[in-house]
Amino acid sequence: MSPKTVIVGGSVGGIRAAQALRSQGYVGEIVVIDAEPNVPYDKPPLSKGFLNGTIDFDRIQLISEKELSDSEIGLVLGQRAAAVDVSEKVVRLDGGHGVGYDDLVIATGVRARPSPWNASEGVHLLRTLDDAQSLKRDLLESGSVVVVGGGFIGAEVAATASRLGLSVSIVDPLAVPIGRILGDGVGERFIGLHHANGVATYFGTGVESISGSRGNLVVGLTNGIHLSGDIVVVGIGAVPNVEWLASSGLVLDNGVVCDEFLRAVGQANIYGIGDVARWHHPGLRRLVRVEHWTNAIEQAACVAANIVNPSNPVSYSPVPYVWSDQYDWKIQIAGETVDASSYSLVEDPANPNRFAAVYVDEAGLYSGIATVNWPRAMIQCRKLLETERDVAVPLALLRQMV
Amino acid sequence: MPIIKADLELCQGYANCVMEAPKLFDISDDGVVVVLEEEFGEETRGRVEAAVRSCPVSALRIEE
Ligand SMILES: Cc1cc2nc3c(=O)[nH]c(=O)nc-3n(C[C@H](O)[C@H](O)[C@H](O)COP(=O)(O)OP(=O)(O)OC[C@H]3O[C@@H](n4cnc5c(N)ncnc54)[C@H](O)[C@@H]3O)c2cc1C
Ligand code: SF4
Repeated sequence: MSPKTVIVGGSVGGIRAAQALRSQGYVGEIVVIDAEPNVPYDKPPLSKGFLNGTIDFDRIQLISEKELSDSEIGLVLGQRAAAVDVSEKVVRLDGGHGVGYDDLVIATGVRARPSPWNASEGVHLLRTLDDAQSLKRDLLESGSVVVVGGGFIGAEVAATASRLGLSVSIVDPLAVPIGRILGDGVGERFIGLHHANGVATYFGTGVESISGSRGNLVVGLTNGIHLSGDIVVVGIGAVPNVEWLASSGLVLDNGVVCDEFLRAVGQANIYGIGDVARWHHPGLRRLVRVEHWTNAIEQAACVAANIVNPSNPVSYSPVPYVWSDQYDWKIQIAGETVDASSYSLVEDPANPNRFAAVYVDEAGLYSGIATVNWPRAMIQCRKLLETERDVAVPLALLRQMV
Repeated sequence: MPIIKADLELCQGYANCVMEAPKLFDISDDGVVVVLEEEFGEETRGRVEAAVRSCPVSALRIEE
């Protein structure tokens, strides 16, 4: 009998894993199961082009009917996995139906952290297509929005809303929200970007309450200020979707805990990928969970290789990469910047909206790079991260490029 | 021979394709993809398919 891989979660991680299996010559059966009824779609545009109306739904689909049938990938939509029986090798769906597997890929991602403030009507989260459609409708009918959370998704929503002509305020308990990722000096520039686009920032202050209803919401801040908005968007992080695994015996701790080969610890034929996977990073020697698109597809490719060739598994030790689009800034980040100890800036005198920050670790070695509006510099420095630890090399390269 | 097609209007210069297949793709000064070699042989199909799937805006496709 031919083997069977079941993939739970049909977003970018799950779909790309199925495709990578075929690409790598897997001949068994492949079934992808997702709780959502929508055909698989991609999430990054939900806070950007899809939200502002420049990109339609058909442009954000992850795979076409034809690709599914050409690659013989089975898709089960609108069915939630409720449990997995590891000894019987069966996934139980809501309603009790069982789906047997030889290899199981867990790709259930994360969900938006719910608003802790008594959410009344007009308070939005943003994670799914339904969220984005309902937010889009409300944005088009509103004059003002308060965004709670100054991370990437919050900043992108603020940028999109201001482009659509709304009056926008953005709140975050951190004084320099992006500083957590890129250092305070770089983070200050992102605050300047909000201001340059007419968005009011309330950073370094928390939210105490949200009251009222759509068209007339009031956000009470811990510093006593009250902000009013027709709608509110809460973007305060995400929670891994692991509840369905509670009875499985798998190790769950802020995600599905996996070894360096992305196998759920203690399991030979169960893997975790994407936002839900917390794996032992062999380079950093600790458990890491990453909520970025490129990480999900790279893990999908790694797991496909390990399913096809289990006796010779490859470990997953990526150079992380993430992008974000805010206002007219195209932001790209590669490598380690969060734990970096310092950075150097390289600016382009010909273009004030273009710069790069090069990061070093505690040992003073090249560890990461962030660029704004500078894709060519980014790719060169991103490639260097694979081979070069001397920070003088990327710096010289960048200075040569301006 | 199959060839690689890039939609330069869609491309955002994310460069995941360059990381997957540095011999086939690069980024121009304007920040969009350059296909270094349009034609490819069967031995590189796996790489090209991986590059196509790695593009966040589906700007790449294979024409048979
Ligand atoms: C608005 C927004 C903007 C973003 N922008 C960027 C960006 O600019 N750059 C970037 O790098 N990343 C960005 N991201 C992050 C990126 O989209 C994620 O890293 C990526 O979606 C992770 O994919 P995944 O497949 O691991 O999980 P998810 O996309 O979370 O998908 C998980 C899937 O599993 C399904 N599921 C969950 N539980 C079950 C169950 N029990 N049974 C069956 N199915 C289940 C869900 O329905 C869902 O379809 C953004 C995310 C959002 C929400
Ligand atoms: S991955 Fe896609 S968007 Fe990025 S450079 Fe290549 S073609 Fe362009």
